[in-house]
Order: sequence, then structure tokens, then C-alpha cells
Amino acid sequence: MPFANITKTPVTSRRMFLKATSLAGAGFIVGCSESSAPPATTMAGAGAAGTGAAAPAVPVEPSELNAFVKVGTDNRVTVIIKHLDKGQGVTTGLATIVADEIDAAWDQVGFEFAPVDNELYANLQLGLQGTGGSSSIANSWLQLRQAGAAARAMLVEAAAGEWGVAPESITVRAGVVSGPDGQSATFGELAVAAADIAPPAEPRLKDPSEFTFIGKEGVPRLDSPAKTDGTATYTIDVTRPGMLVAVVRHPPKFGATVASFDASAALAVEGVADVVEIPTGVAVLADGYWSATQGRNALSVEWDESGAEQRGTEALMAEYRALAAESGLVARSDGDADTALGSAAGIIESDFEFPYLAHAAMEPMNCVVELGDSGCEIWTGCQFQTFDQMAAAEVAGLLPAQVRINTLFAGGSFGRRAVPTSDFIREAVSIAKAIDGRAPVKLQWSREDDMHAGYFRPMHFHRVSGALDGDGNIAAWRQRIVGQSLVKGTALEAFMVQGGIDASSVEGASTLPYAIPNLRVEVQHPDVGVPVLWWRSVGHTHTAFATEAFFDELAAAAGRDPVELRRQLLQDHPRHLAVLNLAAERAGWGSPLPAGRGRGIAVHESFGSFVAEVAEVTVQDDGRFSVDRVVCAIDCGLAVNPDVVRAQMEGGIGFGLSAALRERIDLDAGAVRQSNFPDYAPLRISEMPDIEVHIVPSTEPPSGVGEPGLPPLAPAVANAIRSVTGRAVRSLPIGERVAV
Amino acid sequence: MAVTFTLNGREVVHDGDPAMPILWFVREKQGLTGSKFGCGVASCGACTMHLDGSPVRTCVTPVSAAEGRSVTTIEGLQSAEGRAVQAAWRELDVVQCGYCQSGQIMAATALLQSNPSPSDDDINAAMQGNLCRCATYHRIRAAIHSAAGRLAG
Repeated sequence: MPFANITKTPVTSRRMFLKATSLAGAGFIVGCSESSAPPATTMAGAGAAGTGAAAPAVPVEPSELNAFVKVGTDNRVTVIIKHLDKGQGVTTGLATIVADEIDAAWDQVGFEFAPVDNELYANLQLGLQGTGGSSSIANSWLQLRQAGAAARAMLVEAAAGEWGVAPESITVRAGVVSGPDGQSATFGELAVAAADIAPPAEPRLKDPSEFTFIGKEGVPRLDSPAKTDGTATYTIDVTRPGMLVAVVRHPPKFGATVASFDASAALAVEGVADVVEIPTGVAVLADGYWSATQGRNALSVEWDESGAEQRGTEALMAEYRALAAESGLVARSDGDADTALGSAAGIIESDFEFPYLAHAAMEPMNCVVELGDSGCEIWTGCQFQTFDQMAAAEVAGLLPAQVRINTLFAGGSFGRRAVPTSDFIREAVSIAKAIDGRAPVKLQWSREDDMHAGYFRPMHFHRVSGALDGDGNIAAWRQRIVGQSLVKGTALEAFMVQGGIDASSVEGASTLPYAIPNLRVEVQHPDVGVPVLWWRSVGHTHTAFATEAFFDELAAAAGRDPVELRRQLLQDHPRHLAVLNLAAERAGWGSPLPAGRGRGIAVHESFGSFVAEVAEVTVQDDGRFSVDRVVCAIDCGLAVNPDVVRAQMEGGIGFGLSAALRERIDLDAGAVRQSNFPDYAPLRISEMPDIEVHIVPSTEPPSGVGEPGLPPLAPAVANAIRSVTGRAVRSLPIGERVAV
Repeated sequence: MAVTFTLNGREVVHDGDPAMPILWFVREKQGLTGSKFGCGVASCGACTMHLDGSPVRTCVTPVSAAEGRSVTTIEGLQSAEGRAVQAAWRELDVVQCGYCQSGQIMAATALLQSNPSPSDDDINAAMQGNLCRCATYHRIRAAIHSAAGRLAG
């Protein structure tokens, strides 16, 4: 999410047992563990609840060497993960950084998710605790190197004290601390003594030549074992003593409210415990999910639709198209595009249409809440801890510090769990409050709930106009974008909307890198009563398509090779150029292909990373087509874990292809038409192309990988199709057939 | 009327609504949460378990259908094929969010139990019903081939 420093106000009090010392520049806080361990936030914490066993007589808590590193007497090094892992691999990537600086052995490294603490665990790019904008590694890079290095220095100092030698004479390798005269100790043996060492103010960081894990192959994911034997804990897996499962009947249209309801038939269903009205609908609570849904099926609700959004997507797109005939707010203006277009011999003008999209994460939204008089405890795949804590507190009538959040693995998100309104968190707490907190509540949405409740990637319309000069160069480019703002009306509006322009709607277009003398980007944000949200790669989901597909239309009009023209216009952008050239070379750009087969390329920067992709497609005579191969080149700075980078490129390509081929949310008179995977049908295995990922070697600081693989995919596919058929693809999804 | 069946080698009895899908009985009444809920309409495969060795979508299969039969979940996966699949999944770091992977592993295991050397087309046919929103398909395919090789080796 492209916003910064939303708040600098800590919303929770610092944990009292921490002796805080701020290290210069990184917001890194070191403490020690004299009195107690932090709140249980391990994944095991959820599953181990309610055992009722007495505590062992002498508990040996791991030594908390700082806010990010604990070392146990069992020799385990636990890295505290302040971000949500929703598949992007941060539990591995962030742990890799610490493990390297502390000089651990990889098999002694584990992780825990952090509690809510905006002071200790804020995302340094966002200014609040949360995960998004492909920023996890980038914002943690220096912070975690310092945390690992500080912990290492404390272990060394502890050993030096025990052995009576100078710290400089001690070496650390693979979790073993060695002295000058053959002394040797494991981290575990030094853990207790190290906890009493004052953390160094400026620990020495490694020179990159000393890295043992960072940038190396063969550092396996830490979450693979638990995610291949069924033991990984997600929100849906949490059980609390006496817990009720809640499902909610939501209104059929956005903005409708409950007029009245009859709970009698629902309450007659075996297992149903209660039916309550909440601000977002009517909740049915039962002893399990099946009973709850049976109860909901029997529930009768009358809705008041007087305030509901009643427009359908066809009508909305027609309104957007009409708006694009007019000027909008100017997001960028170089030269004078209007005049240049007005005086050009010929104008090329294309309209691009993009539908609403659902995130459709595999785990439908859910949240477990335990509400008491003096506190509220939450278990969820929490992506915006700071906002979610404030929202839960507001609903519960508590202070934020009274809300504890246990962050768990999330079964995907793609942006859906980072909601400025904390929609499903508020809903879960509302249900718990409606039953006066008499039982823990697990709110579990069905797939249909998840698809109907919204927070979609907003629908967009782009009109792009271009002109060539006499030499076949691009003389003018004007792009008009129409689509809802992601944050209008939320707490983020003040930070992300400037001069009426939501930066996340124009990113990728307003940052077009090509050397074009007359360039103008405009935007209009119509008000529509459909809840919208960032969706993996945010504005780049549509801007990259419109810019890169239109670029190829201009190249074709100029009679230029698309790669050659890009090279010429990217001379001042070496990182774009490097990935463009690498992808083109590895894909065999320019080499002959069989009839019916074509290549297309696109290059795009997002979240600090540069990605070029070449797609190879086969188009049959009847217009059916397949995407056979994608060659991807990425420059993400230093690739902390190259295999995780490759995995994110593969996943971004698959996710992008899924949307390019089929995904769309339609509204019929305000009601969502699609409901489940049969009619909102993500990519399946037979459609996955062969993928090659090439990583540009770099010593730049790490940048994002979760999102940047996605934006170039759809335009590369569209350009490949056009290279075969001669007909541009300008509307997503492409569908089963293209015009031939 | 109570339903009795074998779950991961252990006899279990369900005396509630016989229409309750196996998935919810196993997850909520038996506490085995490795199998996931994704769609409720047999369209994503996250709930895949083995019923007498064959992969079934347990989100739509009533407990009554298990009467007298044997159900295996990811927690009870003991076969050579199952272990080879899990090992290949770890070797290639297939997982991302991981939510669908129990179902993927159960489907892949069933495939290798009936076809020790599947082609890409065989893999497509067997795995087409298992959605992965993270699109780990590339590695799923490679891991199935790797597991097949491991078993043949």
C-alpha cells in the first residue's frame, strides 16, 4: 500500500518489562527479559489453549535478547515476526536476515508472530503495524540486521565474561561460539548470561561478503513442514473453551440494512444458540459451522434497501466512459500533451476496461474473539494490527491497550485482510458484544459471504490518446483514468489523497518511465457505493495493462519493434532496461515461432522493484488461446532468499493470469452476480504456463517481491495475442476466445 | 441414527445430523483441522480426504456416506506415496499460504497410489479440482514428478 507515516502516535503502552533503548535511525528497541516472557503469540498458543495443565515447577523462558530475537536454553533461536505471513514467505525471509547476522545454524531458527505494539513493531514504511505494499523485507532490512547483530554481540560478550577473554578474540559460526583457547559454547548455553548483557548501541553489521544465508540458495522455508502435515494454525483452526461459531446473513446489496427479522425457525435448528442483530446484518451462533449455516438457512430477514447502491456494472461503466470524455484532475503533466495531440497528424486512441475483482483468498474471512469486562483477545490472520486493535476497542468499548491480538497464518490475503475499516474484525467483536461476551465467538464467512461482502479491486476505465512524430517516436501521451478511490471516506484519506487524487489509482501511469516530451495523466474518482480495496499490486493492476498494451499499439503504428522502442525510451532508466534486456534475451525475443504462436513483452516498476515478462501464447483458428510460457526478469535489489523471490514471481504470474483470463465481479442492479468458484473461477493447474524466473544480481537494498511479478503479466499476454491476431486486447478479463 | 466409521485407523461414532459433511465432523468434533474449508461446493479441493483410499471432497460428502468405511486425513497420511509426496513438497518448498496444501497433498497421494508414473496430462486431470490461489501449480507439478521418481528409485 503506497502510503507513509500515517501515525506516529503509539496506540499501545510499551510492555513494562522492556528496557527500551532506541538505536539510531532504525527504531530498533532492545530490551531484556528479567521478569516475564511476552504474551503468548506463538502459533502453538492457539492450539494449546485449554489444556488446564499446571505450569511446570521451573519454567525456563527463552531469553529475549531484544524485541526481535529470543534465544532459549534449548538452543533455539526464535525470530519475532512483526508481519503477517499470508504466503509471501516473510517468516522465512525475515528470519533469514536475523539468522545471518547472529550467525545461527539454520536448523536452530524458528519464529513467532509479534503481539500488537506499534512502538516496537510498526512497519517503518507505513508508520503503523501492518503488512502491505510489498514492504516487509524492505522496511525490516536494517532493523533486523541490527537486531541479529546486537544479539550476536550479547552472546559474544557473555562468552567473553565467562571465559575471561577479549570479545574480539571470539568467533561465531553456525550457532557455536568459540574462544581463542579452544573454548566452545552453544547459543543455548550462553542464553541466560547474554540476557544480562547491555545491548550494544551500534552493533557491527556484516559486510555483504560475510553473508551466510542472505542471498544464498538452499535456505528452505521455515513454514514448509507445518504446512505439509496439517499442523499450521490458521484462524479457522482456533478453538476456545465453550466457543460458538457465528455466521452472518449480510444484506443483498451494499448499503442495505436490516428492516426486520424472524429468528424463530433458526432458533429451532439443533445446535443453534442465539440469533442477534449486528450493524452488518443478522448473526446466527451455534455449536459448530454446520449448525450455524443450517440456522442461517432458516432465518428470515427483511431488508431496507432505500440507501443501497442500485447501479449495475454495465451502467457504471457507461458512466465512466462518459466521464473520460472530460478532463480530470491532473496527476502528471510534462510538456503540453493537449496541444501536441491537437496538432498531430494522426491520433491513436484506445479505451481500456477493467472489472471489479474479488481477492478470493482460499481461507474465507474469519476472526475469533473472546470478550470480557476488562479486555478482548483476538485470533486472526491480522494484517493491520494497529487499525484492527483500535477498531476492536471502539466496538467493544475498551481502550486499545486492552485488546490483545494473536496473529496467525492467513490462508491468503492479496490485500483483503488489510482493511482500513477492519470490517470483519468489527463484525466479530460486534457479535461477541451482542451476546455480552458470554462465550468466545468464531466468525466464519462462507465462500459466498466472502464474494458478496465486497472490498473489491475497483472497476476502472482508461482512455489513452497518443501521437507519433515524423520519426516514429512517441510525441504525446494522454491518459484519463476513471475509478473509485481506495481510501475515500476512510481514516487513510487524509494521508493518501492529495488535491483530490488518490495516488494509488494513478501509480504506474503517473510514473510512466518512457521519454515522452508531452505526457499528461488525469484521474476522476466517481462515488459508488461498492466497498473497494487494494488487491495484489493495487493501482498497477490496471495502469500497467493500459500503459504497456497501449505502448505496443503505438510501436505497431510506428512500425517499431516493441523491445527496440522500449530500449530507446528507457535510456535514463537502467534498472528498467536491465530487466527488459534480460527477459528479452532469455525468451529468445525475435527468434522465429511456429504459426499461431506469438510473444509479447511488458516491463513495469512497482514497490521499488523492476520486472519484465515475456509471454508466449498460442492462438487457435477459432480464437481459443493458451499462455504457454512466461519468462520473467526481476530486479528487487538484493534478493534475501532467491527461492522465495522466484516463488513470488511464479505466484504473481499465476494470480495475474487468473485475473487476465477470467476473473470479474459483475453487479446486477447493485447485487453481486458471482458467488463461488464455479462462477468466479481462478486459474487451475492445467492453465499454468511454464515459468522461468531470472533475478538480476544487485547490491541495492531489498525491495518488494509479493506484488511486482503481477503487473507486467496481463499486458505481456495481451501484446502476445495482438502479435498473432493483429487485434488489440483492451478489456479484461480476456475471456475464453479472442477475435481473430 | 449413529454413524460409525474408521478415521485414521481409529473407530469414531457420529450421533448427530447424518447430513453433516465429513469435513465439519472431522474438524469440529474430532479436532483434526488439517483439512480446510474453501468453498463448500466441491469446487476447490481444500477439504480433500481419502475415503477407502479415493480422494473425496468432504465439504459436500455427508457423514452418513462414511458408514463402515475408512477415512484418512492429512494427519493420518502414512502410505509410502503420502510420505514421498510430503517430502517432495518440502524439498521444493511448494507451499505459500499453505491453506490448500493438505488437499493438494491428499489428491497427489491418491494419484500416485493409482498411477506411479503420471504424465503432465495425468497430473492435470487428477489435480484440476484443487485450487491454489497462490498459484503454486508450477511446483506442485514438479513435486509430483519428484515424488514419483523417489518412489520408483
